[in-house]
Amino acid sequence: MKHLQLPKSLKVRIGLAGLGMFILLTIIGPWIAPYDPNYTGFAQNASPSWNHLLGTTIQGQDVLSQLLIGCRSTMVVSFIAGFLATIISIVIGVASGYVGGKADEGLSVLSNVFLAIPGLPLLIVLNSYLPAGQQTNPLVIGSVIALTGWAWGARVLRAQTLSLRDRDFVEAARIIGEKRVRIMFGEIGPNLLPILTSSLLFTILYAVGVYTTLAFLGLTNVSTWNWGTMLYWAQSNNAGLAGEWWWVGPPGIMIALIGTSLALINFGIDEFINPRLRAGGVSAKLRRASGAPRRPRLGLTPVLHKSTEAGSR
Amino acid sequence: MKLLLRRLGLYLITAWVAITANFLLPRLMPGNPIEQLIAKLQGRVTPQMIRAIKLQFGQGLNQPLIVQYGHYMSGLFHGQLGESITLSQPVSQVLGGEIWWTIGLIGTAAVLSFLIGTTLGVIFGWRRGSRLDAVIPGATFLQSLPYYFLGTLLIMFFAAKMHWFPIEGAYDTGAQTPGWNWGYILSVLRYSQLPIISIVLSSLAGWMLGMRNMMVTTISEDFVLMAVAKGLPRRKVMWHAARNAVLPSVANLALTIGFLVSGSLLVEQVFNYPGVGNLLVNAVGNEDYPLLQGIFLLVTFTVLGANFLADALYYLLDPRTRVSGQSQ
Repeated sequence: MKHLQLPKSLKVRIGLAGLGMFILLTIIGPWIAPYDPNYTGFAQNASPSWNHLLGTTIQGQDVLSQLLIGCRSTMVVSFIAGFLATIISIVIGVASGYVGGKADEGLSVLSNVFLAIPGLPLLIVLNSYLPAGQQTNPLVIGSVIALTGWAWGARVLRAQTLSLRDRDFVEAARIIGEKRVRIMFGEIGPNLLPILTSSLLFTILYAVGVYTTLAFLGLTNVSTWNWGTMLYWAQSNNAGLAGEWWWVGPPGIMIALIGTSLALINFGIDEFINPRLRAGGVSAKLRRASGAPRRPRLGLTPVLHKSTEAGSR
Repeated sequence: MKLLLRRLGLYLITAWVAITANFLLPRLMPGNPIEQLIAKLQGRVTPQMIRAIKLQFGQGLNQPLIVQYGHYMSGLFHGQLGESITLSQPVSQVLGGEIWWTIGLIGTAAVLSFLIGTTLGVIFGWRRGSRLDAVIPGATFLQSLPYYFLGTLLIMFFAAKMHWFPIEGAYDTGAQTPGWNWGYILSVLRYSQLPIISIVLSSLAGWMLGMRNMMVTTISEDFVLMAVAKGLPRRKVMWHAARNAVLPSVANLALTIGFLVSGSLLVEQVFNYPGVGNLLVNAVGNEDYPLLQGIFLLVTFTVLGANFLADALYYLLDPRTRVSGQSQ
């Protein structure tokens, strides 16, 4: 395998930087929050100022503090859900693709069933049956989300395993007499890595979405701060109608930003898996610099040399 | 035909799983939510109601689980979803009234978003590498915005500030009476505009990006080069490629409907629109388990039905599925 290097694509770099920032916030968020998010003694409905960079809520709470502290809960649950779901999808997807036969059919039906059941309603039903004390436990909520979100990854992984199973290098390992588990994880596993990463990111994205949605609907404990509960309080106090953008905006934008970061990294992985997506994607600037036609021509993959390389040839 | 039958079989299994989960969950959950509910309801509702709930959830009946399951299934086949605790009406009746709002709103939005998104994807894929590529990060951001947040923003600017659209509700409750009269119909149409726009806006990007990627891949196929070599006009070549590139989007239609429905349940919350989503949230808040279960089943069945329609469409569009009879 080639030595790993910093990805060249700008999209991926932006995505990674964004994700890094959110992970940092998850760790240090509660420390750098200026106030107690539950303290209600500030001026009510104040627009942003130096004392309150993102203003205050109708109860006189500091929005920035809620935002910073809410980051941890949002991210922790989403990452737990993402990793758990990916583990399930690896076990089911790889096993079903590799073993084949009746086991494959059974497992495929299982993942198709979970794909077809609408996730959010199932999640709401599951969540409503949880004992009240468990609804704040990140591990429990994460597991419940994982339970509704693993099927897509399993399906993609199965397809890839299926296509890898009969390649020569796997066949060779089989002839040598390698054990099944070793072939699965040693030979096929590394080749699944890009798809695995993509499915992990996708699942975390899904988890951020559904967790904040549950919180927005007021179905998790509304006194735990995360971006969903912030929007829940904003919505139930009609902050949108009153034009309190500093209250409504930040949590929504944070959710969108983490989503965008994950999606951008995924784009890079897509282009890595499917080089055709890159072929036409040479930037207009590079094309102009190298004297290629302004528009990519159909059926022709332009051969471009960067100006420095072109000079030396 | 074999493919369609297989899919139908899968959906039947899925429906069965959903029903069984509905049956088992309240009975096996730790902490016994139903028992707690009944304890809470003592004195608040009629004894008949409590008996009905006990019957539905098998509390204190001393029947083996399998017998309860049989009763539950036969009840379902007769359309009995139980009684709603808060609304004191049969669940099926409550749902029958509300579902049309949801189907109308989400159905229209889904079709619009698919058509617009796919068309844009064709154009952006065709012009890959041009300035239009700059739209991609923007579209990704739009896609990442949660439905309810986008909805709130739209209300904030276009309804509360600019007064272009009504703020909430499904029709002008002050001026119109529901029925087949023009005033009411026009009012319903007007009030549905902003919710539909919000759903379309936030689901558009997914179709667009998917279609763009497929288009880019398809364009480098030999048959497209052939079409160019024959000297077909560009527009025709684009259409030629697009028709082939759209297949995965149609295949994904089935998968996406579930996501779309799930997400759109929220739109009703944001716009205070009647419908199943609103009912669902209220049912959870009031611990109205019979209603909650009924909604879950209804939504699942609707999504499965829509999936089957999407599969049938795929079957019609792609002749390969008819010949080999294999799933993709």
